Amino acid sequence: MISFLAQPGGLDALQAPEIDYWAMAPLLIVLGAACVGVLVEAFLAKPQRWPVQVILTVLTFAFAGLTLGLRLTKDPKGLTTVAGALSIDRPALFLWGTLLALGFGAMLMIADRSVEPGGSFVASAAIRPGTIQDRAQAGQHGMQTEVFPLALFALAGMMTFVAANDLLTMFIALEVMSLPLYLMCGLARRRRLISQEAALKYFLLGAFASAFFLYGLALLYGYAQSVKLADIAEATGGTDRSDTLLYAGFGLLLVGLLFKASVGPFHTWTPDVYQGAPTPVTAFMGACTKVAAFGAILRVLQVAFKASSWEWEYVLWAVAIVSMAIGAILGITQTDVKRMIAYSSIAHAGFLLLGSIALNHDGLSSTLFYLLTYGFTTLAAFGVVSLVRNADGEATHLSQWAGLAKRSPLVAAVFSFLLLALAGIPLTSGFIGKFVVFRAALAEGMGPLVVVALIASAVAAFFYLRVIVLMYFSEPAADGPAVSVPGAFTTAAITLGVVVTLLLGVLPGFALDWAGAAGFVF
Amino acid sequence: MAWKEGIVLQPYLPLLLMFVLAAGFAVFSVTAAPYIGPRRYNRAKLDAYECGIEPSPQPVVGGGRMPVAYYLTAMLFILFDIEMVFLYPFAVKADDLGLFGLVEIVLFIVSVGFAYAYVWRRGGLDWN
Repeated sequence: MISFLAQPGGLDALQAPEIDYWAMAPLLIVLGAACVGVLVEAFLAKPQRWPVQVILTVLTFAFAGLTLGLRLTKDPKGLTTVAGALSIDRPALFLWGTLLALGFGAMLMIADRSVEPGGSFVASAAIRPGTIQDRAQAGQHGMQTEVFPLALFALAGMMTFVAANDLLTMFIALEVMSLPLYLMCGLARRRRLISQEAALKYFLLGAFASAFFLYGLALLYGYAQSVKLADIAEATGGTDRSDTLLYAGFGLLLVGLLFKASVGPFHTWTPDVYQGAPTPVTAFMGACTKVAAFGAILRVLQVAFKASSWEWEYVLWAVAIVSMAIGAILGITQTDVKRMIAYSSIAHAGFLLLGSIALNHDGLSSTLFYLLTYGFTTLAAFGVVSLVRNADGEATHLSQWAGLAKRSPLVAAVFSFLLLALAGIPLTSGFIGKFVVFRAALAEGMGPLVVVALIASAVAAFFYLRVIVLMYFSEPAADGPAVSVPGAFTTAAITLGVVVTLLLGVLPGFALDWAGAAGFVF
Repeated sequence: MAWKEGIVLQPYLPLLLMFVLAAGFAVFSVTAAPYIGPRRYNRAKLDAYECGIEPSPQPVVGGGRMPVAYYLTAMLFILFDIEMVFLYPFAVKADDLGLFGLVEIVLFIVSVGFAYAYVWRRGGLDWN
């Protein structure tokens, strides 16, 4: 900015930036559909909203996927557009594909109205929890269909987040992705107090994290006189600037990013929010937010801070170790399925960080692949969680899952398979994901960290296996939960997750090739 | 490196002194007043100073809640306020920005219009 103002001619020299609309098409389609979704909410009568929103959502993902596919066949390397604010390169396209596929699965679960009669979302969000009106709305068959445009806005924010090539665009994208999520967390149809508590906690802590990010951004701007990632990278090459600004800025920026990725000591919101949010929203957050946050972390580390890596490397080593330890150890003590998967996600965030700090090509491709595998497994796992219910809604307490295999062998088998994938057992995608990430980390000389990761995996495997043992080798409780027969939407979402988990475990080659196709363009 | 930073930060020294002076004055006044000032009771002194109507007593029914319409108005104000924030610089430089700028600002206004349409259709502008 300063150099820009100092130019002869000043502001008069302002040029219209080149905008490659075709390259941005998937992003623009999702954003446009979200706007149309708002208009649908505004102008259609209540009974028409749900079907129209579902059709709109399906069309959105079809067209966004189509344009993304066309893009992949055309441009082998990638480009930057909108005056270098967005970088639509191979990693960005890979992450867009991942986000669209996971987002589609999550949206199917959001749209489902048969598992929970009327949908998982509250009929009228303004009703106070615990009142007579609240009990009445739980039995009604309406839902706040605003959740569709909100989810699309969040998805568009995530897509911008992973493609953002300067910190300011990244911050805007961060807000666009976070604000709808805060709201969606508080929209559960049942157990609304805990849902609203989750929304408030997520909002307050998220606002803090955004402030950290913004402060870091400001300090880095002071350091490099630019918010562009490439300029920051260039500035770290020179030596006559204040290192204090660089490290303070980098640290604060990273706190904001690690918070969103629910890594290590910045994870405190994760269990509460995963537990309180409506399960389809938890699936959306668990899968897509993780992908978006790590996409951004990868880009920031690899593009902007590669040259200064030897200064901060060991700090992130520590963060990764803390994250894996917290996830694996606290996961053991959990008695709620959703909280257990939340702690598992914290442990997985540690593994993902391992791949992210391996600043080579393998580190990039393996982390991208791991995100793909982890996203689909988590999506399907939360899909299964939403099926096990009793009269009060979802039965998430582990004691209620005892002997589930005797009641519904299929659900128990599917959930066991997904848990094995989360644990990283061979023939599931989780194994391949862990394998490639650990290999990339070893090649980068992070042997001690890989040893810690292996121990953490072993500890975490205990609580996954405990659930499997509980489902298969315990007597079912007398008043245990029934398993809903899922509607077409949830079935499709779970099937998608399970098939991809199996496929990437058996034939990972094509996805690994795709993930490793090319590096960042900036 | 330290001496270089010193040079960069030199112009801000008066500002820092100003802050120190201001903080010192505030702390001094507040601590000194109870010791040296006279104390005479006056009911008006205990009122909220220029803060509109008394917010209490809260209505017992409804747990002291107030109409949510106030929040809605505040949020709508921010919506249009932000729109203005972007329209002003555009208006100043409209000539230089040309057709591109016009198209972009129209896109911006239209997308804010979506939010406005939602509020309007959902009864956010009805004031009962």
